[in-house]
Parts: sequence; structure tokens; C-alpha cells
Amino acid sequence: MHEVILPVVGSAAAWRDEARALARAGIRAEDVVWRVGQSASHLFAGAAPVPGPGREIRLPRSALATIDTALHHSDPERFARAYAAVLRLSDGRARWGDRSDPMIRRILTDAKAVGRDIHKMHAFVRFRELPSDGPRRAFGAWFEPDHPIVEAASPFFAGRFGDMDWVIATPTLTARFDAGRLSFSATPPDQRPPEDATEDLWRAYYASIFNPARLMVSAMQSEMPRKYWKNLPEAALIPDLIREAPRRAAQMQAAMPTEPPARRAMVARAMAQREAVEPPPGTLDALRAQAAGCTRCALHGPATRTVFGEGPADAALMIVGEQPGDQEDLAGRPFVGPAGEVFDTEAAAAGIDRAKVYVTNAVKHFKFTPRGKRRLHQRPDAGEVSHCRWWLDQERQLLRPRLIVAMGATALAALTGSGTGLMKRRGGIEAAADGTPVLVTVHPSYILRLPDAAARTAAREALRADLSAARRWLETQAV
Amino acid sequence: MPALSLTRKLEILSDAAKYDASCASSGGERRNSRDGKGLGSSGGSGICHAYAPDGRCISLLKILMTNFCIYDCAYCVNRASSHVERARFSADEVVKLTIEFYRRNYIEGLFLSSGIIRSPDDTMADMVRIARTLRERENFRGYIHLKTIPDAAPELIEAAGKWADRLSINVELPTETALAKLAPEKDAQGIRRSMGEVRLRREASRETTYRGRRKARFAPAGQSTQVIVGADSSDDKAILTQSSNLYASYALSRVYYSAFSPIPDSSRSLPLIRPPLLREHRLYQADWLLRFYGFDVGEVASKGMLDLDVDPKLAWALDNRGAFPVDVNRAPREMLLRVPGFGTKTVGRLLAARRHRTVRYEDLTAMGAVMKHAAPFITAAGWSPRGLTDAAALRARFAPPPEQLSLF
Repeated sequence: MHEVILPVVGSAAAWRDEARALARAGIRAEDVVWRVGQSASHLFAGAAPVPGPGREIRLPRSALATIDTALHHSDPERFARAYAAVLRLSDGRARWGDRSDPMIRRILTDAKAVGRDIHKMHAFVRFRELPSDGPRRAFGAWFEPDHPIVEAASPFFAGRFGDMDWVIATPTLTARFDAGRLSFSATPPDQRPPEDATEDLWRAYYASIFNPARLMVSAMQSEMPRKYWKNLPEAALIPDLIREAPRRAAQMQAAMPTEPPARRAMVARAMAQREAVEPPPGTLDALRAQAAGCTRCALHGPATRTVFGEGPADAALMIVGEQPGDQEDLAGRPFVGPAGEVFDTEAAAAGIDRAKVYVTNAVKHFKFTPRGKRRLHQRPDAGEVSHCRWWLDQERQLLRPRLIVAMGATALAALTGSGTGLMKRRGGIEAAADGTPVLVTVHPSYILRLPDAAARTAAREALRADLSAARRWLETQAV
Repeated sequence: MPALSLTRKLEILSDAAKYDASCASSGGERRNSRDGKGLGSSGGSGICHAYAPDGRCISLLKILMTNFCIYDCAYCVNRASSHVERARFSADEVVKLTIEFYRRNYIEGLFLSSGIIRSPDDTMADMVRIARTLRERENFRGYIHLKTIPDAAPELIEAAGKWADRLSINVELPTETALAKLAPEKDAQGIRRSMGEVRLRREASRETTYRGRRKARFAPAGQSTQVIVGADSSDDKAILTQSSNLYASYALSRVYYSAFSPIPDSSRSLPLIRPPLLREHRLYQADWLLRFYGFDVGEVASKGMLDLDVDPKLAWALDNRGAFPVDVNRAPREMLLRVPGFGTKTVGRLLAARRHRTVRYEDLTAMGAVMKHAAPFITAAGWSPRGLTDAAALRARFAPPPEQLSLF
């Protein structure tokens, strides 16, 4: 029999070194007895094991981390089991993650239990302030974990409480963080820290944040089991809070609604005085303010806001797109998303200054279907387009543009009554209902949807040509 | 009026804050104080430091800066027309409480909300000042969640996002009509606009500049919201439709559902009820199905209200038995996720194991599946449900036994 004695502090790291050495020497798992602390006489001690073939241990990284965690379990067999498992994994006699293998499964469940214990230690350690003689404040805590996890759980506290000195004592080991250095030692007797006045404030908070109308004791106990209560300052309040809860809830139910206090009327008066300044009627600004509250069709429900047109009130050129997209809906401005970028680039290339044109959409709210974390654009239907013409027609009447560019079938339908045969009609100039000339072209988002890069380039050039035609038309047809 | 003690203020202002369900302290930026120059850490999974007897976790110091409020929302304990005792923390008191609680490992950080005093801008500015003091003066590196006041000025929102990990604005109710009725001063559009702004700023903060540098951080742990369930007559479908819109539109991290709960000093316009806790629980389950299991609102809430007797996934499977049984050795991931009793982890393990061997019925328990729920809906090596999938009495196996109504 081969006996390995692991130290009390750093036993997991020591196990790793020993396991590698034993594997190299070809010692079989069943020939090793693992102990922590001191040696004990073993029945077969002394009989030298017959070594098998030696090997280097090779493991997937995730396996190493999980086995390491499982070594902090309280099960005395953990070191032997881990050694047997790494030999089998290394030889290909077991597959990491295979839960139908009892040994692997046990390591995984052990690691999970240890992980939970560490998590609970991070949650339920309660520091109490201790007298300090240096500039750093000092705190101490007493905690009783299920497993020997102090070494694994303490780096978290070092990362969190970096500017103070602290001690966490457990029945076996004590972690000490002193001037930025973390160390471990065996716990001397009677290490519970003294009372701390802040605990009264904490208890006041705990009692007040509890809602007696939704008492659910089992939900609390599944996450904060009784075994932790004795070291939690707030836990002493729990029995009383539970006992009083039904009475308090019934009292709230039974109490009659009250009349508002006098203060309420004063507040209401003050609020009423804050009226917004309204823009003068008959202007684009007034129309925009009206449209902000539009509920003419169902699209206003899920959308963020009305995206109204923007541009100078005396613009000669009006650009009409289909509807705002995701970005436009958030920003509240037309043509600022990916399609807007295409439009800006091509308009600039065609010699059109965006600041001098009026840009708007046939439909003022974004129509979409939610898909996970995205919104999928949906084409507005004829009803929505006709409801929204109410705004488009008024925009056009107030603006009186000399030329309108209709981008895409929806805009074309809203302006001329028919959106069919777009590709045949593009480049041509038609008339809107009131006779304003309408130049037909495609919507920039159509270009973005083309799968083929060459087709995209061609379509961009065609859009640029249409926009150039619009600019030339305005120049040649001077008033 | 005598000045209130800090303890009394804490009691009033935490009592006023407890109807906000949000408690997350996870995600966001990884920070620690190993350099010894500050206090706190964040990032990774959140920690619940205590649980109240209502089963809710306590991970943050959840308080109101003040419970004075000029709004009159019928469901709220702090509405202008309520008689509750009022109090106000000074900025230093909030900072001190946060730091002292944090040093004793009671909390993960601060959740600061407030009643609206004077104006939205004044209130928001005060809250931002507290967050900034914590970060700059106290070098606090723990978690900060700020409630954003809708209609606050953009530069205040910008500052809030700079100092806080998470921002949240409550949509409060499932429909605009309900909001207009119960919270007349709140504006559904304004709330959505603010959420949209937060999303745009978050996206902008994640882009790198042309020199490859990151822009200033903005709410690295995202934004969340809360809906009150049971205060108005909206059904679960309306609530979930709103949630899926919010997730898609504003990249929310979470939508919290809060069962309308009795409050001291109730309003005449909104009678108190027993909080619909089971309904709230079912909504959370359905919310998870929407986000992680590929379900649509129309599928989980096809009947308007969710089934209170069985969970929404089981309810869907019982209504769509034609899609079952599913062969665990062949079915695609999307279909495995729809099997009752299989979680995302189980499905992941199942797919990994399938690459090496045929999965047997006994293996599924080891992978974490709840076989009581799954068995009628799957086939595996060594298992066929035979007639069980289509048995008329299948629902009765899961639903709680019917109860005789009391005659008295």
C-alpha cells in the first residue's frame, strides 16, 4: 500500500502534484491510501505496491477545474476517487462529461455541491467591525460551511474587500487578509467576533423589506436553509415576522380606503400649471406635435414613437420612404438606420444636400414582429398606408414641394394610389393626387437586401442616377 | 416635526421600495478591488445575501431616496393621495448605509429609486449625485441599479448610465389604457422613448472609436422593467405580448412581473385583492419559454390566460400532443427544448451525449431531466410511452386534484 499524506492547507494543490508523480511511477489507484493531516496505521501498510506502466496525465481543461472543485468536498474518498478518475480519463477508459459513468457523475455532483457551498459562503458570511490600529478598517466573521471550502471561497473576498483587513474563521481553517495578503491557518478556539451596532440597522431593513402579504416560507427556506440561521444576525427576526404576517396582511385588506390629504390638492394644482407651449397652428411643427399622439391605426401600440418628417419648411424636394425602421423608431428621426446611410451616401453623390430636402415616410410608425431580441420589419398594409395618408397629405400641402421622390412601392402607392409595377415605372415622373410631380425610384433597403454584391453595386448606381435626375429636374424646371 | 432617526427613515423608505421586484446583481462589468484602493467587486453571477420570509431574495439595499411624490398612481403606496409617513434620505445617509452594509457583506450594492419630488429632472439629478459620490468619493466598485425617471433630461440619463450598472424604467401596466386610468401622470410613450434612448446609448457605448478605444461605459448590466399583474383587467396574453415587444425593441435584460399586493392605505379607485402569486409565477415561466425555449406568445398564451394548474410548457404539450412523442436520439434541438421536463442544460447534455452513443431512458435522469413530466412525451432506447401520450387522463396526472368547494 502506498500512503500519501496531504497538508491541511493547500491539500488540493498537493494532491495534483502527488497524483502526477504517482501516475508517472505507474501506481494503480487501488494501491494508494490518501490522508489529510497526519498518518494513521493502515492494515496493509508496508506492503510495497507493484507498479504498472507509468504515464503522463492529460486532461481536458474543464475536467481539471471541476475535479479540483470536487476535491473541496467533505467526502473522505474524494482524493482516491479523483485519482482513479484521472487515470481512467487519461487512458481513455472514461469520457469526461459522461453522466452515465457513476464515477464521473459522482465527481460532477460533488463539484456542484461544493460550488453551492462556496456560493452560500459568499452570500452568508457576515462581517463585524473589529478595532483597528492602522488606516485600514478591520472586520471579522465566523462561518460554518458544510465542506472544507475556505481556500476555494476566500479569493472572492480578497477581490471584494480589497481596502480592508478581514478574518473569516471556520471550525477548521481561518482565512486572513492582512494588508493585501491572503493567508490560511488552523483556527484557534473561540474566534467569534463581537457585536456590531450596524446589525440593528440591517435588521430594521430586513424587517421592512419583507412584504407580509406574500408570505412564502418554503421559498425562503429552500434558498436560506435553517443550518445557516445561527450565524445570520437577521435570522432571529424570522419567527416573529412569519407569525405576524397574516394579521398584518388582513389588517391592510380590512382598512377602508382613505380620503386624500389636503396636500394632494396643492400638488395637483401645481402640476396643472406646467402646461407645454404649443406651436402655432398651420405649421409643420404643429402638425408634428399632433402626429406625436396619433392613434389612427393599431401600429402606435407597440412602436416607440411617431417618426415624423424632417427638413426645412421651404424645401423644394420632398423624399418619401416606406416607414421608419428599428433605429428610426428609437431615435425619432427618419432615415438614420442602415437604409438611411445608403440614402445619405447616394444623395450626396448625386449632389443633393440632405439638410435642404424634406425627408419623410409614407407610414409614420414602425411595423414589426418581435423575434427574440430583434424586431423584424413588416410591410405596412393598404389600410395602414391609407390611414397615414392623413399626415402625408398635410405635410405635402404645407410644404408645397416642387418635386417628390417616391422611394419604393409603399411610398408610390401612398402618393399616386398604385404601387404596382415599381421596376417598370422607376425613373419616370408621375403626378400625385394634387398634381405635384413624383419621381419613382426604389427604396434604399431594397439594395441592402440584395444577396449579390455586383447587383448591390448596380442598384446603388441606379438609385444615384434617379436622385441625380431629380436634382437636374429641379435645376432645369426653374420657377 | 421632530427629525426622524436614521433607523426610522430606513424603515419607511425600504418599506416604500419593497414593491419593486427587481433584485438582479449579475452581469455587467467585471470589477474588483484587489488593488486595495477601493471597495467592492461585480460581474459574474449575482449573489442573494438573504431571503425574506416572502421568499424574495435580498441582494441589494433597495430603498427610495424619498417617498414624497407628486404623482398619484392608484396602485402605489407612495402616491400623492396616500397617508403613509413620509421621509427623505440625505445623499450622505444613502452613501453611508450602502458602504456600511456592503463592508459587512450584507448586500451586493444599491438599488435606488425615488418618488418624484418637484420635477423629474430634480429627482434624477439627486439620484445621479448619490451614485457619483459612491463611485468617486468612496471608490465603490459594487453594483448600482438606478431607477430612471421618465422624462428626465438626456444629460441626466447619460450621467446615470455612466455611474450605474443597470438602469430601469417601469412600464407598470400592460396597456396604455390601463396606465392612463391608474397612473394619470405617467406617459406610456414617454417611458418607451426613454427605454429606446437607453438602448441607443448602450449600443453607442459598445462601439469602439476609430482609434480602437472603447467609449465611456453606459449601464453595462443593461436595463430592466416591471409590470404589475392583477391591478387591471389585462389577460396574460396582453402582458406577454408587451414583454416580447419590450425584449425585441429595447434589448431589456429582464421584465419583472409583480403581483399586485395589498398596500397600507389603499386607494378608493383600486380595491385590494389577494396577490395573484401563482399567476405571477406562471408569467415568469412563460417569459422564460419566450426567451430561451423558442416559444411564441401565441403558442404559450393561446387561450388568453395561462393555465394555473400546470406549467405553460406542459400545458402547451398537452394541447399539442400531435407533436409528441419526441425521439430523444433523433429530434432537433428546437423540438427537444419543447419537451416538458427538459431544461436548456438537459438538452445541451443530451445533444453532447448523442454524439457518442444511443441515449437510454435511465440516462435522462442523470442528465437532469424531470422524468415525471417528460416520460409521456418522449421515446428513448428502452422506453416508449405507447398510449400514454394520447391518454385522456394524462392531464390529471399533473394537475392538482380537484377540490370540493366549501359549502360554508
